[in-house]
Amino acid sequence: MNFAAVLDVQDQTRDSLRRLRAAAEQLTESVRFMEICGTHTMSIFRCGLHSLLPPAVTLLSGPGCPVCVTSQGDIDQLIELARMPGMTLCTYGDMLRVIGSNGSLEQCRAEGADIRIVYSSLDAVRLAEAERNRQVVFAAVGFETTAPASAAAVLEAQRLQLKNFSILTSHKLIMPAMRALLESGDVRVDGFLCPGHVSVITGAAAFEPIVSQYHLPCIIAGFEGPQIAAALARLTELVAGGTPALENLYSQAVTEHGNQAAQLLIDRVFAHADWQWRGLGKLKDSGLALRPEFAQYDARLRFSPSAPTSREPSGCRCGDVITGRATPADCKLFGKTCTPVHALGPCMVSSEGTCQAWFKYHRVRTPRKVRAVS
Amino acid sequence: MTTTADPAVTSPRSRAAERITLAHGGGGQLTDELFVSCILPRLGNRVLNELLDSAILPGTERTALTIDSYIVKPIKFPGGDIGRLSICGTVNDLAVCGAKPLGIALSLILTEGLERGVLDEILDSISATAREAGVRVVTGDTKVVGHGQGDGIYITTAGVGAIGASEVHPSSVRPGDVLIVSGTIADHGMAVMLAREMPQIQSVVRSDVAPLNKMIYRLLEQVAGVVFLRDPTRGGLAGVAADLAARTGLHVTLYEQDIPVRPETLHAADMLGIDPLDVANEGKVVVVVRPEAVDNAINALRAEKYGRDAQVIGVVGAEPDGVCELRTTMGGNRILQKPYGEQLPRIC
Repeated sequence: MNFAAVLDVQDQTRDSLRRLRAAAEQLTESVRFMEICGTHTMSIFRCGLHSLLPPAVTLLSGPGCPVCVTSQGDIDQLIELARMPGMTLCTYGDMLRVIGSNGSLEQCRAEGADIRIVYSSLDAVRLAEAERNRQVVFAAVGFETTAPASAAAVLEAQRLQLKNFSILTSHKLIMPAMRALLESGDVRVDGFLCPGHVSVITGAAAFEPIVSQYHLPCIIAGFEGPQIAAALARLTELVAGGTPALENLYSQAVTEHGNQAAQLLIDRVFAHADWQWRGLGKLKDSGLALRPEFAQYDARLRFSPSAPTSREPSGCRCGDVITGRATPADCKLFGKTCTPVHALGPCMVSSEGTCQAWFKYHRVRTPRKVRAVS
Repeated sequence: MTTTADPAVTSPRSRAAERITLAHGGGGQLTDELFVSCILPRLGNRVLNELLDSAILPGTERTALTIDSYIVKPIKFPGGDIGRLSICGTVNDLAVCGAKPLGIALSLILTEGLERGVLDEILDSISATAREAGVRVVTGDTKVVGHGQGDGIYITTAGVGAIGASEVHPSSVRPGDVLIVSGTIADHGMAVMLAREMPQIQSVVRSDVAPLNKMIYRLLEQVAGVVFLRDPTRGGLAGVAADLAARTGLHVTLYEQDIPVRPETLHAADMLGIDPLDVANEGKVVVVVRPEAVDNAINALRAEKYGRDAQVIGVVGAEPDGVCELRTTMGGNRILQKPYGEQLPRIC
């Protein structure tokens, strides 16, 4: 980073933190804000934002990491498919290390299963086109952000008349999870840092019900540290002023109504379905299932993997961590039997998971003066 | 080869039934675990247990010995190829131990069907790089394996070097010492990852792979007060800094705003959700110097082709906690640890 850019970051941060502290002094009780995007979680930890917040403001990491909210049943089905003869499973990298009831995809690959990391769903389609003698299954994971790409992959497979391509969808929608959290009754959240990437697709207006129905402020922000700090300052001001509102600080990428072409793509290929979430249970209309006319691209129908169970690793509190009921430090497994090297829960597996971020960046330390370097 | 035996990564469960995964070769915590639980119990000895970049052999003239295997995919990438990499890696491992290479041994494992033209290009690259570094390949071996048993070309190089007067060893590091990096970080790892995973993308990110021995010898000759050197290859700058803190038992602080990263490299890392501090370099060295030697060391490095962007990036503190801390540009702080293993991109 050049000198001017460093000064810019520091000026903006100082200004936001000053506003945040001033607003925090007006609060009658401490506040808890929740971010619901794995990239926000990572960015917050990477810039050390927790160490800069006043004690009255706490940040929780909500169900925003796609790997972390994927149910163990979905992982088990992926592993079962990967072990079938003649099968190639394509997945985004982070899914590789999630432990199901019986091992992870990474271990499965070491045992000889053909599991390939892809960066785009269309890479999986190209693979199916090139290797017609193999069945290619794409692990379709993620929120509104990645769902359009999965839809595009299905349409491309249809255009190419591929008989050997299918997807196992675990796609989820963010709003049902936010509502479920707020309606659970035992999770206190005073405002949301709304996800940057998801909002690009859904548009800012999608979060309006959180303000109108639950009277909580929502700020959409990008991923640079100073913008996140500005969003937290604004959230604190809105809570202190008793004026919940929806504001968009990420207007360079997020519009009021989002990417309508991507929304149409999702609607054309997927229909809303009741879906199992880790930590949240089964939520009504919270997932994206393939529409009946695309049944031949549905790996669950084509290969009939065993019905999923929702059993989670014994003692694992990822569900509570995702919903803000516990911090990683509250989990007995954290840092002992569950580490990034031997991850048991999905929040430790994913680089965006709260437990891994916590383990990696957030060992409790007392603030100290550090000698400046010329 | 570096390791710190973190108890958190050596869980006692039975390993006989476990399988080797790609992450065991990533140069991070899982690679350390393999050393500590599998290799050192069987092969450990006084020299090997030091786990320096080169072994320092006893004798009338002190000698350094190192070996490394290269399995990069693709074998040619922007800024270099497996041939240049195989010479630089070994030459640099000798150089950071203060040793001048006496000769390189080269072993090629080729896969049946490899085009001769490709082999010629790689050998040309080895030749050019060895000439640039001023070293000779003095012995070697070639084997060919059948289709499906290898992947084009694997190279192993070993190097023997003579250690000069300079004593560089982690045990010399003490509170107040200053960390310098010789230039921008993460260029090699990001260039290779982009070339491998996204060949359709035309990227300007280029590997930094380069022989650093001449720059390092001149630094050691010209500057008194250089106490430790390490090349931040797999495991990246975070791995080297966390390792330094663990080995010395001292508190190491890095300053994010001072760490040089090219904008295009940072952009690629951001896109893939990867921390540039964790990414491999093949043409950079981290230099630890006494505080009074900082200006001389910076000037000496910046006078060199491969050290033009050298920067002071951190300090060694007196606190005996063995922790490496990053002071972020925003003014926060966080712990830096050695990465886990294979770098995986994010999905959302």
